[in-house]
Amino acid sequence: MVAHTPAEGRQDGRNGAPSRAVRIQSVAVTLDSTQVLRGVDLEVEAGEWVNVIGPNGAGKTTLLRAVLGLVPFRGSIGINGLRDRRRSARARHVAYVPQTPVIPPGMLVADYVLLGRTPHRGVFAAETATDRCIAAEVLERLDLGGFSERTVQSLSGGERQRTVLARALAQQTEVVLLDEPTTALDLGHQQDVLELVESLRRERGLTVIATLHDLTLAARYGDRVAVLSAGQIVQCGRPDEVLTVGTIAEHFGAQVRVIDDPEGPVIVPTAAPAPEFVSTKSAARSLPKEP
Amino acid sequence: MADARAPFVSDRTGVTLRATDLRLRQLGIGLAAVVVAVVAGLTIGPVGIAAHRVLLELADMLPGLALDSGLSDAHAAIVRELRLPRVVLGLLVGATLSMSGATYQAAFRNPLADPYLLGIAAGAGLGATIAITSNLGDGAGALDPVPLAAFAGGLVAVTVSYAAGHLGGRSTASLILAGIAVASFLTACQTYVLQANSDAFRRIIAWILGRIATSGWSEPALMLPYFVVTAAVVLRYRRALDVLAVGDEEATALGVNPRRVRLIVVLAASLAAAAAVSVSGLIGFVGIIVPHTVRLAFGASNRVVLPLSVLFGGAFMVLADLVARTVLSPAELPIGVVTAFLGAPFFVLVLRTTRREVW
Repeated sequence: MVAHTPAEGRQDGRNGAPSRAVRIQSVAVTLDSTQVLRGVDLEVEAGEWVNVIGPNGAGKTTLLRAVLGLVPFRGSIGINGLRDRRRSARARHVAYVPQTPVIPPGMLVADYVLLGRTPHRGVFAAETATDRCIAAEVLERLDLGGFSERTVQSLSGGERQRTVLARALAQQTEVVLLDEPTTALDLGHQQDVLELVESLRRERGLTVIATLHDLTLAARYGDRVAVLSAGQIVQCGRPDEVLTVGTIAEHFGAQVRVIDDPEGPVIVPTAAPAPEFVSTKSAARSLPKEP
Repeated sequence: MADARAPFVSDRTGVTLRATDLRLRQLGIGLAAVVVAVVAGLTIGPVGIAAHRVLLELADMLPGLALDSGLSDAHAAIVRELRLPRVVLGLLVGATLSMSGATYQAAFRNPLADPYLLGIAAGAGLGATIAITSNLGDGAGALDPVPLAAFAGGLVAVTVSYAAGHLGGRSTASLILAGIAVASFLTACQTYVLQANSDAFRRIIAWILGRIATSGWSEPALMLPYFVVTAAVVLRYRRALDVLAVGDEEATALGVNPRRVRLIVVLAASLAAAAAVSVSGLIGFVGIIVPHTVRLAFGASNRVVLPLSVLFGGAFMVLADLVARTVLSPAELPIGVVTAFLGAPFFVLVLRTTRREVW
C-alpha cells in the first residue's frame, strides 16, 4: 500500500526513447529586471539523478524554483504525468527540500512530516490512516522513528535535514528537488544524506535534481552533472567529462587539480598563487588550459 | 472536531505516530474554565447569589425544563437580565479577541501580532471619536452611532492596510508595515479631533479604555453573528494555518496558496475584531496573552490553539469583567486596565514556568 510508485517511465524506456521525468525547454526567468536564467534546456530521465553545479549567483536555486512554479518564467517545463496546472497537483509530482528550510516554532516532527501529505489530503481534511502510515514508514526509513514526539527545533542539524527530507518523501512524488542538501552538515552527515537519497532513488525510482557546491560530491553521487553559468547550462554530461580543470577554471574562477578516481573525479583546490583579483572571467582566461 | 484517536502504530514498521489534534481532555479543560467563569460571573456581585441556585435558574431557561431555583423574582431578574447578558457579551468579546489574535499570529508568523495589527484599533478609535464629538443623534435610541462609526472605521483601516501592503510587495512584512503606517496616520487624525474637542475628552478616553457593558441583550445579539461566522471560517482553516507555519515558499511547494489563505483568515478575524471593538472599546492584551498561554500549555499547533483560544479567551474576559465591576464597587474599573494589570503578571509567570518552546 505504501509502495512508492516507481517511475513507470523506466519501462517505456526499454521500448523506445527513454521517458523524461522533467523536460525544461528554453526557460528564462527575470527577477527585479535582472535576467537570472537565459534559456535553460535540461532533460532528466525518470529515475535519473542530475546535479546542477555552478558558481554563486548562476541561477541554480532559481532553476529549481521555476520547476516548482515559485517564480514566473518563459519557456516550458514539463513534468511527466502532470497535466493539471494547480499547485496541489504539482505538489503531488514534485517535492522540494529548500536550502534553508523554515523551522516552524514548536511543531512536532510527526506533524511536520505529515505536512508532506497536504497535497494528497487537501488542506481542510484530517489525515487518513494511510497518510499516517506513509509518514510512519518514512520516519522509520530515515531512522527518525524515535523523534516523532520531539519538536523540529530541538533536533541537531543532521536530524533536521533528514526530517525535511522525510517531509518531501511523504509527498510521494516522482521528482525530488534538493537545494544544497549538504550545506551546514559535516562531512559524515553530508555522506549520510546523499547515500540516503541514493538508496531511496534505487528503492523507489525517484528522479532527483540537486544543486551542490561540493564538486567532488557532485561527481560521486548522481548520473550527470550540469554546469549552470550566468543563467545558462553550458555543459552537461558524465562527471568525468564535465569536471575538468578548464571547465572549473572558466566557470568558477578556481584553480584546481582533478584527480582521476574509479568512483569519479576528485577535485582538489591548488595552492597556486591566485592571479591578481580581477573578474573571474578574465582570470579564467589567463589560466593555462588543461595539459 | 475533538478527536480522541488512539496513537497510530504502523503495522509495517511498529512506529508510533500521533498527529497533533484537539484531544477530548483539552476540550474538557477549556469547557470547565468557561463554566467556572460563567458561574462566578453570575454569582458574585453586590447581591450575592448561591452558585447552585444560579445553575438551577440557568437550567430553567432551557426549553422543555421547568425548575424552581428558589430565587426571588428580583434576584432571578438580576441573574437573567443584568448579569447573564453581560457574561455572554464577555464570553463573545474575549473569545473573538483571542481567536483573532491567534489567527493573526499564525497568518503573519509573528508572535507579536494581535487583532489591532492592521489598524483596527486606530480606525475604530477615530470613528468613535468623530461620532462622540459630533454628537450624532446621541441617545436617539434605535441605533447608537458610536459603535457603528467604530466598526466602519476599523474595517476601512484593515482594507486600506491590506491594499497598501499588497502594493508594497509580496511579503508579510510589507503588510505589517502598511498596517503600522495606517494606524499612525489614523491615530494622528484621532488626536487632532480629540484636541479640537477637549470637552468630549473624558467620554472618548472612557470609550478607548473599554468596557463590557450591556443594556439587555442588544450587544450580545449584535456580536453573536460576527463571532459565529468568523469562528466557522477560522476553525475551518486551522490546518491550512499549520501549513503556513513553514513559510510562503514551502507552503506553495506543498500545494497551498498562502496569500489566499492569509487574505481569507485575516479578513474574517478582522471582521469579528472590529465588531468586538465597536461594542466594547479597545481591550488590549487579550489577543496576545491568551493564545500564547494556550500555546505554552498545550502546544503550538493551530488545531489546538484556535479552539482553545476561543474557550480560554471567553473565560478570561468574563473573569476580568468580574474584577472590573467588583473591586471598586459600585464604581467600575475600565476593563482594559484589568486585562493588562492581571494578565501581564500572569503571563510572565507562565513564561517563566514553562519549558516548552513554541516561538
